Amino acid sequence: MSLFDRFKPLIRSHASVKSCGADPFGIRMDRVLSPTEAMIGGRRTILAGTNNYLGLTFDADSIDAAHAALAAFGTGTTGSRIANGSYAGHTDLERGLAEFYGYDHAMVFTTGYQANLGIISTLAGPQDYLIIDADCHASIYDACRLGSATVIRFKHNDARDLDKRLQRLAGTDGNKIIIVEGIYSMLGDQAPLAEIAAVKRKHGAYLVVDEAHSMGVLGATGRGLVEEADVQSDVDFVVGTFSKSLGAIGGFCVSSHPDFDVLRVACRPYMFTASLPPSIVASVLAALKVMRARPELRTKLWTNVDTLYDGLARNGFELGVQKGPVVAVHLPSPEQAIEMWHALLEAGIYVNLALPPATPNNSALLRCSVCAAHSREQLETITETLTEIAFNTGLLETPAKVAFG
Amino acid sequence: MASVRDETFNEISRMLDSYRKSAAPITTETDITRDLNLDSLAVMDLMMELEEKFDISIPLNLVPEIQTVGDLTATIQKIREDA
Repeated sequence: MSLFDRFKPLIRSHASVKSCGADPFGIRMDRVLSPTEAMIGGRRTILAGTNNYLGLTFDADSIDAAHAALAAFGTGTTGSRIANGSYAGHTDLERGLAEFYGYDHAMVFTTGYQANLGIISTLAGPQDYLIIDADCHASIYDACRLGSATVIRFKHNDARDLDKRLQRLAGTDGNKIIIVEGIYSMLGDQAPLAEIAAVKRKHGAYLVVDEAHSMGVLGATGRGLVEEADVQSDVDFVVGTFSKSLGAIGGFCVSSHPDFDVLRVACRPYMFTASLPPSIVASVLAALKVMRARPELRTKLWTNVDTLYDGLARNGFELGVQKGPVVAVHLPSPEQAIEMWHALLEAGIYVNLALPPATPNNSALLRCSVCAAHSREQLETITETLTEIAFNTGLLETPAKVAFG
Repeated sequence: MASVRDETFNEISRMLDSYRKSAAPITTETDITRDLNLDSLAVMDLMMELEEKFDISIPLNLVPEIQTVGDLTATIQKIREDA
């Protein structure tokens, strides 16, 4: 067998997806006009396939801060925090995050993926148990593979199943570390965190919450589901990312464990990669300030969520069960999802095509993301266009009258 | 009298029956991904079903080692004995 032979099934399935006329996994944006519009294939396109929940990618303060840091500190750090030193911005950002979240310590990683990879693989030792929600992100699964702990999955969002699995481990020596997400990235549903925290307390386990998609979205001050569910005292580690609501790139973990900082010299995905460039760090710090100073962005986001979710639900689409800035439209087959995705793109709307194995329960999804910067007109265009295409392709049987309340 | 391992095997074969690609019966040699209509995702779902059936947790770390129905039976049997 030659080197690439085992990819043949993948090459075939990717070719079949591309045969719709465009590659959903290779979209090129020639120009980005605003947080909600880009030029794709020469066409002005509404962006509803991002994670730009607060619309901060063009925030003036963040851009100014990035420019200033670029001029003052240069383009990159050329190395890791451990081997080549931290820049002032790295430690300022860590202090800012710890203070914002109300934990004693913070550690910044180069990506959100690496934050999960590093924290989860390092926290759990060979005698320990990682008990993860079955729908957790690929970075959490990869972290489990990188580490040495025993890995057990519990049924998605099922605190009783989690309880049962911890009960089976009663009497074993290792630490038990539960991993859940604030908002799950594909279906947009939230963890039942109060129930999970109760199970965690009952069994004396540790709890890690990944707030990648819930930071800036949930909670009175935007800290995420931990704040919304009021369970911070039960959450030992919060992991998150700067690449969604904060509009840049990077990851972090906050915790009040007294020995947390030892991870800086134990966690390989932190130690053996180059640190974030100073312009990104400055832009994230500025975006964090904007997020805290402008709670109206979150209010606008949720108004927009209502417009899109309620509009699509009224028109007969089957959506993810919980309302949020990730609006998942369920489709009966991957073929239908691909056809509709392409028709939307041709009509000037970009959403995400999500197919198995990246989706829960083998579902085919059009993943639409809502942004605080979307106008009501843009959201109505998305709803109307999607409805028309669904009617034309036979997904919806009657041409629903689009009505906005 | 059937041994506990035979009982475990019989239960597993019953659950796998609907995934058979051919009329050939399921044996301990049946390869889970090659001889049955199960891709890697379906295998994960199957593991959840088996966990439910036998009231056990099958660590994810063990799944890559499981190739045949015999391997699966041995793994589940060991977890049940250790419980």
